[in-house]
Amino acid sequence: MSQTDLYTLVGSALFVIGLYALMTRPHLLHKVLALNISSSGVFFVLVGIARRVGGPVPDPLPHAMVLTGIVVTVSSTAFALALAKRIYTETGTAALDAADVDVGESLGG
Amino acid sequence: MAEWIARQLPALVVLVPFTAAPLAYLLGTGFGRQIALISALLSQPLAILLAVTVVREGELRYEVGGWGGPLGIDLVVDGFTAVMVLVTTVVGLFVTVYALGYFGNRERYRFFWPLWLFLWGSLHALFLSGDIFNLYVCLELVSMSAVALVGLTLRREALVAAMRYMLAAILGSLFYLLGVALIYGAFGSVDMQTLREVVRSDTTGQAALALMTVGLVLKTALFPLHFWLPPAHSNAPSPVSAVLSALVVKGSFYILVRLWVDVAEPMAFPGVSTVLGVLGSTAIIWGSIQAFRQQRLKMLVAYSTVAQIGYLFLLFPLVTGGGQAAADAWMGGIFHAVSHALAKSAMFLAAGTVLARFGHDRIDGLGGLSRRAPVTAMAFGLAGVTMMGLPPSGGFVAKWQMIRASIESGEWWWAAVVVTGGLLAAAYVFRVVGPFFGREVDDLDDADLNAGPSPWTMESAALVLAIGALVLGIVGQPLLDLIMVSAPALVAGVTP
Amino acid sequence: MGKVTAKSPIAVRVAALAICAGVGALLARAVLAIPETEPGLAPLVDANLAVSGVKNAVTAVLLNFRGYDTLLEIAVLVLATIGVLSLSVTQTGTWDPIAAQADPVLSALARFLAPVMILVSGYLLWAGEHAPGGAFQAGSVLGAAGVLLALSGYARPIWVSRFALRAAISVGFVVFLATAIGEMLAGGLLLEYPADLAKTLMLVVETWLTVSIGAILISLFIASASPAEELRRRSGGGE
Repeated sequence: MSQTDLYTLVGSALFVIGLYALMTRPHLLHKVLALNISSSGVFFVLVGIARRVGGPVPDPLPHAMVLTGIVVTVSSTAFALALAKRIYTETGTAALDAADVDVGESLGG
Repeated sequence: MAEWIARQLPALVVLVPFTAAPLAYLLGTGFGRQIALISALLSQPLAILLAVTVVREGELRYEVGGWGGPLGIDLVVDGFTAVMVLVTTVVGLFVTVYALGYFGNRERYRFFWPLWLFLWGSLHALFLSGDIFNLYVCLELVSMSAVALVGLTLRREALVAAMRYMLAAILGSLFYLLGVALIYGAFGSVDMQTLREVVRSDTTGQAALALMTVGLVLKTALFPLHFWLPPAHSNAPSPVSAVLSALVVKGSFYILVRLWVDVAEPMAFPGVSTVLGVLGSTAIIWGSIQAFRQQRLKMLVAYSTVAQIGYLFLLFPLVTGGGQAAADAWMGGIFHAVSHALAKSAMFLAAGTVLARFGHDRIDGLGGLSRRAPVTAMAFGLAGVTMMGLPPSGGFVAKWQMIRASIESGEWWWAAVVVTGGLLAAAYVFRVVGPFFGREVDDLDDADLNAGPSPWTMESAALVLAIGALVLGIVGQPLLDLIMVSAPALVAGVTP
Repeated sequence: MGKVTAKSPIAVRVAALAICAGVGALLARAVLAIPETEPGLAPLVDANLAVSGVKNAVTAVLLNFRGYDTLLEIAVLVLATIGVLSLSVTQTGTWDPIAAQADPVLSALARFLAPVMILVSGYLLWAGEHAPGGAFQAGSVLGAAGVLLALSGYARPIWVSRFALRAAISVGFVVFLATAIGEMLAGGLLLEYPADLAKTLMLVVETWLTVSIGAILISLFIASASPAEELRRRSGGGE
């Protein structure tokens, strides 16, 4: 198995793990983290692609894309977290659906 | 000077709103309003000049940084681009004028101006970009500014709707980016012009197109991935609702069309375009029925968007065969995007006036609106004519083209869907417009908070857009010609 | 206040698993089929590196060949910051140092670390020209220094003026835009650096970007921190 295969397969796995968590975890913080894991997966795929030809120096273009992608992800994560936090401040819970909240339980969330 | 503007035109179209955005933020509320208006006015001649230049000279290519693709990023303008920029600019101007009245000088909404200008610039950047990775950045800019605008009121429902929208939008972008990564891995470029020559229909290429399609379909809110749209579009402040339904969903649709019909056409296979057509048809039927069942005006208009997005996707099965049918489908699909943009923004702006003035938008409490707010009721009604697709509206021309395309391609069932959709639209439009011009109900007291008539600018902005959608059908030919300028090979085989 | 359930219903999980299995299989097949002979754009970047104004290939791509991506990426950062500020309770990003207890150890650490971090930031900025580094790395370290100062109660004087804060957040993007427009006025295209000025202009842009990225990261931290403080104050806790 080549280095490219290893990185791109791990990246694919991370993407799918994030996707699963996004769909199944009701807590907004989990959802935001799930998207972060998925984006790390995409970056892994790109880093793997940068090495597909081999040689001493990797392809700089996927690296530049990853750097741009990281900044975009940092921005959207910051914004999503601020949104989640504001929702928590306004509603007292951090979920999208009221059905995902155990009203019976005591403080927390 | 004129020569300089002509040379720098594609860059200027993007730079005007993008320069205005940080200035509107930096200088604060009072200036933000003025800067937005200046930017909106400056954009008008630039968008018109762009369209005129494209008609005269054909495709424009602007090499950012002077490198040229595939090393650098190109801004590319063909007829499709010019049309989308033009409609964005026109809708943008009237939304800006409306927003001046709607938000007034209220300090709470000072973030509207920079966010709206960022959204405007991002849409222009998206339409002009000739590079699939750059489009990822544009998509993120569009989504993030749109989400921030949805949550602007800080109401609970709006915040939750914004969050749902945000999660869907980021996931959609990630699917898209994964596709971009695979395309670069397989074909070694992210420049559309280069890719057009080198893409092959192999395992990686097809997977890339599939991933990008899923991501963009999610961002365009095609049934059944539309779950995030109705709450986001109905809970946003009305000028924002107008922009979201009229323009933002068309951004991701635009990329999808570029990929399928233009860049990645060799990777496309007919089965999937049929699936897109079937989903579009389902969206038309299901969205219209949902619209009819809503109790609130803005929810009705939002579900109408779900339905109208369906029409856009009929483009995919109809262009696959090429020939005259493809050309007609291309013109019909894009013309529909334009006429829907004008009519839907008019509807949301009218609904916003109702909401601002009477403090509610319950449909059963809006009877007799035409006596209290005649201009607004008229704007909504005229926009409804385009939604139904009656002549001479823009909606009629769009649907006529689609019906022609489906008959020419021998796939008459798409025509049946178009006709049925028109009838269903008539049902939900009349459910609202009928009572508007009927007996007055008691619920039309001016709300205490915003008593008195709305500024005339708000009411007339909606009316002008609605009339624009209507008149589009009469003056449609130049627009159809513009759509066909430097159209992709698949649809350009036959001239209109 | 309700606690969010940890898991979705079983039907949702089964459906999600099916979707993920499908996407995973598609992806695995696709990445294994990536040809290992496709050189991508690396040769083209190499061939043009000499005229790019910098020696590091990734920096050359980010700032010159694909500088337009970077311009839009700064727009994303500024936009996200405005979005976060629009959601924060104070909406200004000014820091009410309610949490900043005057912990002597923390404050001594901050006094020692902050200057070092600023120095490292400057080094990273300069190093970006020929090695991994650049405005983002430098800005991140600067932002971290600011967060440290905020946590230890030193940050308040930095954000005395709301205008100064807005200026710090947007200056990088504005300078980047101004440079781009300047190049257009000088007869070039958008972001077309004249070969002899490329290095200088890029350094100017990078320097202001570092300032903005630092300010943005600090603002993101401070602005998102305040609602919780507000909540705690409202419910009578904290202090």
